[in-house]
Amino acid sequence: MPQATLIIGVGNEYRGDDGIGPAVIRALAGTQPAGVGMVVQAGEALALINAWVDAERVILIDAVAARGTPGKMYRIDASKTPLPAHFLACSTHDFGVAAAIELARTIGLLPPHVILYGIEGQDFAPGAGLSSPIARVVHTVAARVTQEVCLARKQSSGSVQVDAS
Amino acid sequence: MGYLARVEGEGALYIKMSGGQVQTVRLKIFEPPRFFEALLRGRMYGEAPDITARICGICPVAYQMSAVHAVERAFGVSVEGQLRALRRLLYCGEWIESHTLHIYLLHAPDFLGYPDAIRMAADHPAVVKRGLELKKAGNAIIALLGGREVHPINVRVGGFYRVPTRQELVPLAEQLKAARDLAQETVRWVATLPFPHFERDYEFVSLRHPDEYPINEGRIASTRGLDIDVQEYEQHFTEEHVAYSNALHSVLEGGRTYFVGPLARYNLNFERLSPLAREAARDAGLGASCRNPFQSIVVRSVETLYACDEALRIIGEYEPPDRPAIDVAPRAAVGWACTEAPRGILYHRYRLDDTGVIVDAKIVPPTSQNQKIIESDLRHFVEQASDLDDARLTARCEQAIRNYDPCISCATHFLTLQVDRD
Repeated sequence: MPQATLIIGVGNEYRGDDGIGPAVIRALAGTQPAGVGMVVQAGEALALINAWVDAERVILIDAVAARGTPGKMYRIDASKTPLPAHFLACSTHDFGVAAAIELARTIGLLPPHVILYGIEGQDFAPGAGLSSPIARVVHTVAARVTQEVCLARKQSSGSVQVDAS
Repeated sequence: MGYLARVEGEGALYIKMSGGQVQTVRLKIFEPPRFFEALLRGRMYGEAPDITARICGICPVAYQMSAVHAVERAFGVSVEGQLRALRRLLYCGEWIESHTLHIYLLHAPDFLGYPDAIRMAADHPAVVKRGLELKKAGNAIIALLGGREVHPINVRVGGFYRVPTRQELVPLAEQLKAARDLAQETVRWVATLPFPHFERDYEFVSLRHPDEYPINEGRIASTRGLDIDVQEYEQHFTEEHVAYSNALHSVLEGGRTYFVGPLARYNLNFERLSPLAREAARDAGLGASCRNPFQSIVVRSVETLYACDEALRIIGEYEPPDRPAIDVAPRAAVGWACTEAPRGILYHRYRLDDTGVIVDAKIVPPTSQNQKIIESDLRHFVEQASDLDDARLTARCEQAIRNYDPCISCATHFLTLQVDRD
């Protein structure tokens, strides 16, 4: 069933902080209004495109490469800005999110609104569990995603005229 | 993509040339071992399919199937009838999605001169959309039978946790009919790609089954007369450690290199393909045998067509079984299995105690079996192309390596080429 808004948690729960996407989806379970779908994806490009192809708005949550500030959250409006190719290079899904977005953009299968929340990871070694700096931000990211969904719904109903960024 | 033990991640190719002659070729794989075999020790037999599925995100079904067949053989049971057919259907889903990913996103750009699929898509958007649609059918099979698209959770020793109703398969059949048409178009399209003239006298190794194109079962056969039960695998095949790579190299007795995967299956089982797949292969210019590894992309497309066709046959004959799984009773024994992963034979062996605890395990993935033949191909290929500059040589070597769809090929630019020229 196509959803107007789709929240996608990307990552592998068995590669440390790469599990942030699935963790946020778990935190959001049961909190979203009708018309908002949530899925976990491993990050393989074609599966991602297939997942979002009918959605109007997509919010992606994924881990990004460690740069010394673990837990730092980046918000990128991918419908407007091409992703830097190296941005998600640390992730365990190789032909992954950045490729999916750019491939979909090229062939006209990118939804009108695509927001990526990238959370800077610390430890991507094999094994389950997030490192503490990442575990601490799961609920913050979930709240931010909820805020994003609410704002988008208000915008689409015409009651708010601001940019969430 | 996935998490194939000892293969995922960066690879590098080292070539040493002297006077236009190749002296050394080393395909290095840096990924540290993940010790899945050790991890399995002490676990219950029922955990083997779910633990080993985690080895690879692209071919988890292959790992699950080799695991359940091996354990069932140890316990002296055989899954037959509709449950067997459903396993084959699930595996068809994996072939479709894995082969389509490789054909469209990883290998085709090499032939058409693009650095990656995104650049190819800019000029050929309809082609890439076709690949996307075709792959979706494979994912749909795995989602329905496996419970989810990646790392399916519905497979168990003895069968499944839940089997589908006939009604649930109706929309899947419709999707597969459309996919079969797309697969036929894919064969026609890849047949037009430019192929280097490169043929060698390989020893192909695959399963061979008396009645069907091999997926889940069969004897291990080679084009040079090997014909053994899976139980004898370790008497004929050995794994060697090489100092420059963390992935073991597998060889046949006498140190023979061999070739597994779609081309091997095709050469040993052409007559077992469905009439539709055979006809498509002939129309694409292939005979009953094919020794050019660059044409593996055509063979992969023929197998994709076959998998769509076979999936539809299975669905057409489907009657829900009385129970989703047969009963199994643990006993102290050893069990072996080989199944045909998209990239070639995947061997599992488990020794179990009388309570069903795994005492030890051995897993030999197809990519480790193909490493020596990849190096050997490169040695011959580089000699033919030694006048190219390093950048063009790297591109050609990547293309030659992708003939084998090794798991490291998922990274678009995985290869660091170092050429020493005297």
